Amino acid sequence: MNRDEIKTSVLNRLARIAPEIDPSQIDPDADLRRQIDLDSMDYLNLMIALSKQFKIDIPETDYPKLATLNGCVDYLSSIIL
Amino acid sequence: MAEFIMPALGADMEAGTLIAWLKKPGDMVKRGEIIAEIDTDKGIIEVECFTSGTIEKLLIEPGDKVPVGTAMAIIREAGEKTPEAPGTSEQSPPTRPQRIKISPLARKMAEDLNVDITTITGTGPGGRITSDDIEHLARSIEKTPEQSRADKSSRMRQAIAAAMERSKREIPHYYLSTTIDMTRAINWLAQENLKRSIEDRLLYGVLLIKAVALALRQFPEFNGYWKDGRSVRAESIHIGTAISLRGGGLIAPALQDADKLSLTDLMSRFRDLVERTRSGSLRSSELTDPTITITSLGDQGVETVFGIIYPPQVAIIGFGKVVERPWVVEGRPGVCKVMTATLSADHRVSDGHRGALYLAAVDALLQAPETL
Repeated sequence: MNRDEIKTSVLNRLARIAPEIDPSQIDPDADLRRQIDLDSMDYLNLMIALSKQFKIDIPETDYPKLATLNGCVDYLSSIIL
Repeated sequence: MAEFIMPALGADMEAGTLIAWLKKPGDMVKRGEIIAEIDTDKGIIEVECFTSGTIEKLLIEPGDKVPVGTAMAIIREAGEKTPEAPGTSEQSPPTRPQRIKISPLARKMAEDLNVDITTITGTGPGGRITSDDIEHLARSIEKTPEQSRADKSSRMRQAIAAAMERSKREIPHYYLSTTIDMTRAINWLAQENLKRSIEDRLLYGVLLIKAVALALRQFPEFNGYWKDGRSVRAESIHIGTAISLRGGGLIAPALQDADKLSLTDLMSRFRDLVERTRSGSLRSSELTDPTITITSLGDQGVETVFGIIYPPQVAIIGFGKVVERPWVVEGRPGVCKVMTATLSADHRVSDGHRGALYLAAVDALLQAPETL
């Protein structure tokens, strides 16, 4: 798996939570929660989904590192690549 | 015999459309068992049976739109004998609602196009609505799928408007707010979540729900309804939680018996409830059971929210965003995580003095999160 595939996986997860979003319109450096109106439950579900998919633990203290699309890709890449 | 009627799934509901029966005549049903799916302004709702027995007769067909209170099925209750053969009973048959004559194809087309068949005059034999009638209407309306979704959203908007208009017209609200130091609760939660797997982690919103529920045991006047000109206290504590829908609108289904659930169970139920609310698979009791409502806009950055009471309830609690502020604790200034909590309550049922004490009780509970 490479960074592009990780990015695609994250976008797929986001699309399940917020089906109305257009992935091509997501600013990779902007806060995901504000950008696509994720609440605490949505964000927790995203963390759980990524944790399951990549078979990793994501400590709550690391959540701020996964605040943007690029942040998610960087964080996941640093662990699984 | 008992009638299974079209339930009122909220103060704003006037009618519902039967999507499907999940039971057939002769089937046994238990109280609380889901027996039908009904399309409402709040989406498709799984409707539970309020009595145990055997389905004697189904009176409504899928696709029929009937007013709240209409008999939809007859249930023979446990211990009752099978009714006599037709023609021998002195009892008159239950009144069947006016059926709309429509062909199955036309009904399916109407559903797909979100066309209200009650507004159509059929041109088929005996006034039967035909597929041509639906096509003709669809051409005149030229609805796209986007417009159909917009219609659904508009219907929910109208339902919310009706409930809120009624609330503001009928309920003399009073409003209170207080600032709660959340430092201890947030710090406790961070430590607690370190011990938990990601799937079992708690959101601080669950602490708020539990504190609201437990405080209601001390102040039961806020947990109930205003019905027929008097206050009716609820026996159980079912917290309605306002959940926004991604397409707009909101629903506030109940977390039932929230005061009795552990934080772990409450979190699990809350996750499930949010997911089912947004996917459109709520149960009828979850819509009819709330005895009070919580609204929280902290995730959206709002610091203070004063809710409008959802009738016939008598109170709504609002929570804002947790923010860091200079704060004095026991005479010493420092930086604390604080949150504004509000109470909007029905002045016919309670006074500001009791409301203030209730908010203080919620505050006190949040200062001891390990006891929640």
